[in-house]
Formats: sequence, structure tokens, C-alpha cells
Amino acid sequence: MMTPAVVLLLAWMIVPLGMTLYFSLLRYNLLMPGMEEWTGLDNYTYFLTDPAFTAALVNTLLLVGGVLLITVVGGLLLALMLDQPFWGSGLVRLLVIAPFFVMPTVSALVWKNMLMHPVNGLFAWLARLFGLRPVDWFADLPLFSIILIVAWQWLPFATLILLTALQSLDEEQKEAAEMDGAGAASRFIYIVLPHLARAITVVILIETIFLLSVFAEILVTTNGGPGVQTTTITYLVYMQALLQFDVGGASAGGIIAVILANIVAIFLIRLIGRNLDR
Amino acid sequence: MARAISTRRKVTFTILGWTIGFLIFFPVLWTVLTSFKTEGTAIATPPQFLFFDWTMENYVAVQNRSNYMRHMSNSIVISVGSTLIGLLVAIPAAWAMAFSPTKRTKDVLLWMLSTKMLPAVGVLVPIYLIFRDWGLLDGLAGLTAVLTLINLPIIVWMLYTYFREIPGEILEAARMDGASLAKEIVYVLTPMAVPGIASTMLLNIILAWNEAFWSLNLTASRAAPLTAFIAAYSSPEGLFWAKLSAASTLAIAPILVLGWFAQRQLVRGLTFGAVK
Repeated sequence: MMTPAVVLLLAWMIVPLGMTLYFSLLRYNLLMPGMEEWTGLDNYTYFLTDPAFTAALVNTLLLVGGVLLITVVGGLLLALMLDQPFWGSGLVRLLVIAPFFVMPTVSALVWKNMLMHPVNGLFAWLARLFGLRPVDWFADLPLFSIILIVAWQWLPFATLILLTALQSLDEEQKEAAEMDGAGAASRFIYIVLPHLARAITVVILIETIFLLSVFAEILVTTNGGPGVQTTTITYLVYMQALLQFDVGGASAGGIIAVILANIVAIFLIRLIGRNLDR
Repeated sequence: MARAISTRRKVTFTILGWTIGFLIFFPVLWTVLTSFKTEGTAIATPPQFLFFDWTMENYVAVQNRSNYMRHMSNSIVISVGSTLIGLLVAIPAAWAMAFSPTKRTKDVLLWMLSTKMLPAVGVLVPIYLIFRDWGLLDGLAGLTAVLTLINLPIIVWMLYTYFREIPGEILEAARMDGASLAKEIVYVLTPMAVPGIASTMLLNIILAWNEAFWSLNLTASRAAPLTAFIAAYSSPEGLFWAKLSAASTLAIAPILVLGWFAQRQLVRGLTFGAVK
């Protein structure tokens, strides 16, 4: 009974990936049909030595790293807060997780225009209210702006998972530590954090997988610019493929993206596999 | 022994919690508010928060000027369609893995998961070319198929974790009592499996509804779901905040409501059982 699912996924994985691998070894541009020829590893050399690739790799790492930093730290603080008993905490939790359900094109456009617009945006108004000069977010800090938007979308995910982990912590353990005279800080460091270590790892790994593929937010806000300041690996491959019609080059880029994602995926799969045995 | 919580502490956290919750939710609230403003009020400085002339004109304009309902129905067809087809394929697979596991079951499950981790750009070129050659570009069928495939691992995985919780003894007991296979399915299995299937369905509709990479790359105008349609508001000359807000509010409202119901499933579905 597993066969249909396995066959479908196998076809989905092997056929296109095999084609990508094959294309990556060809000189193949859609603007020059019939000119395909074998070029060996030229596409890879070309892609890897392209200055845009180095920039894209750095941007990708900054984007993933920045969003992870904000969401893990912010998510931890939010989870600790939501774990406290207070009036309406259930409703507050609903407010906090809402961003996750907003489609990426909507959140990117709303943030870029209505919040971050240098003249009419809400942030600009707030800055002037405090006598500061408004920041021209997408002109001066394009990558950071995208990091903020994506972090807003992923903060609920980190919060919810850390909160779930936090709530599975044995209360009695904390109470016992308290009775033994452990302060709030040492209770957090020696009991809560070790308990959360696993959940934090899961958040980091899963977010990384998804963040490596951030695309819509870049497409609707900056188109990878100005220059290549917000071009990530994913966006670079997209440009190569659908804007420059360079099938060979884009395929080589795609394979490189797969390799990068796999480095993370191996750790994640191992972690999940270990959990499956228990 | 429950610890006594001082009222003062509770008040502090209530204020802190609501303030932070409000700030995080604010962009969504702001979008909804802006959707009821005129274009002039929408860009006014200082911004108008509540005391402006509320109007429905943007909702009317969004329907009239664009084929909004078509994109809405595209989103529904694609998200519900891909989820249902996915369930059809995944239920037997998950069932087999949960109730008659073999040595390979774990490997198959993990391998399925690994396909989910394949970055989309890795297969963008061939999929685009296949779609072009087969005339699937800007069509609902092709996009539904792709979304079925990218979410299939999550569906199988989630169903597996739910099915595994159904005790196998209960089936044996029913069989001993003389239940036929048909009765076993209708009276014993279905009631126990339905909550899990429903949760899986809910989470997958949400994921498919918000999917943007393939929607943006494989559709143009005819088959564009809301994610791709909203992207059209990014052109500088087409920037009308109030209309963007109205279109956005309609696009996110249904899924926000579903999402609030699905918060528990979210953790389960997206961490693949690694956090409980």
C-alpha cells in the first residue's frame, strides 16, 4: 500500500533532479535553441567564480543567520512569557502566532510599503515623532529589511515549538530545585535550557531548510537589488533560469543549492530518526 | 503542590503579554484597518488609526478591477485539491507503515522526509521546461500536482504519527467479536482515524494556500492563486495601499482563522514528531 506514495516521490525526486544534473553539464540557453553541447564542468566553474555567487552565498548566510538569531532568541523570550500564567494568555498566543499564517507576498508588501516606506510609512512617522531622521529601509538596509520581514514570519514557529517543549517540562523538577535554594537564573540555566536544547536544535534545523529557499519576499520587494545586495542563492538560480534563460548555468546553481541544503538536512534527518526509535 | 502566584506578578505579565502580542500582531491589524480607508487616508501623515471615514470602496474596487474571485477560487482549488489527492495517496501508505511496519519502514519514512528538504531551485529548471513542453504553464492541474508532491511527505508523516497512536489491540478485539473487515473499517478504524486525518488536512490546506515559490514561477494570470496575484501589487506605479490591504485582508482572513484552530497540529506537522 506504500507503493503509490513511494513511486510518486521517487519520480518527483529522481527525474527532475537527474535532469538538472544532466542540464548542468550542457551549454544550453533557451534563447539559442538547438545549440546544446556538452561542456563538462564549465557551468560549475562559471557559477562558482561569478562574483554574484560569492555575494549570494554571503547574503544567504546572513539572511539565514540573522533570521535564526532573531527568531530563536525572540522565540525563547516569547515562549517563556507565554508560559507564565496571566489573564488572556490564550488570546495573546493567538496574536503572536498570527504572522505565520500570512502569505509571504502579503507580509513582504505590507511591511515594505505601509510600515517601512521612507515618507508615508508608519516607522517613518514614529521616527519623526521622536525627532529622528526616518530610515530609508530598502535603499540603505535592504538585506536587513528582508531579514526583519522574514523573522517576523518565522517568530511564531520558533515560539510555538519552544512553548510546546517548555510545557512538557516537569514542574516538580523546578519546584524541587527551588526548594533546594536554586534562584530563578540558575533554574533557567541548569534545568530549563538543557530541557529546551533539543527543541532549539529542531527549530534551527527546520528553519534553515525553509530559509534557504526564501524567494517571494525578495521577488516582491527588491528583485535581488540594489545591485546584488539582496540576491540569495535561490534568487540567483531563479534569475539565471527564468530571466536569462541559461538552463545550464541555472542547473549548476540548483545542484549547488541542493548540496548546501543537504548539509543541514543530514543532521535533521539523523535527529528525527533517533527520535523515531523511542 | 501548586505555587501561589502573586497578583502583582500576574498583572505585570498581563500588561507585558498584551503589549508584546499587540505589537507582533500589529502589521496584520494595520492591514485590516487600512483596507477600510480611502487611498488618501491610507497614506496620510500622521496616520489615522481608528477615527477616519470607514469605507468599503476598496473591497468593491478589488472585485471590479481585477478578477479577484477567480484568484480566490484558484487558491481554493489548488490548496484543497492538492490536499485531497495527497491524502488519497498518503492514507494507505501511512496505514501500512503504522500497522504493519517492516525493517525498511523507518528508512522509507526518513527518505520521504528528505525529499521535502530538497530545495525548490534544484528542480526549477526541469519542472519549468516540462511544464512548458506539456502546456501546463499557467494551468491549475500542473500546479496542483506540484503542490501535492511537495507536501506529500508532510502528509504521510503526520498521518503516520496519528495512526501509530491507534492501539492495534482494538482491531484484534473487534475481530474476535466477529466484526467483518467492512465493519471494522466503518465502526472502529474510521472514528479513530478521522481526527488525525482532519488535522493533517487542515495544516496542509494552510501550507498549500500560502505556497509562493511554485505559484509565482508556474502561473501568470489565468491560474494564479492569491499568493501570485498579490505579488502584482509590487509594481511601483500600481501601489495603492488601501486596495493592496483589501486584497490582502481577503486573502489572509480565511487562513488565519483555520490557522488558529490548527496551532497544535502545526508543531506536530512541521517538526515531524521531533518535538512533542
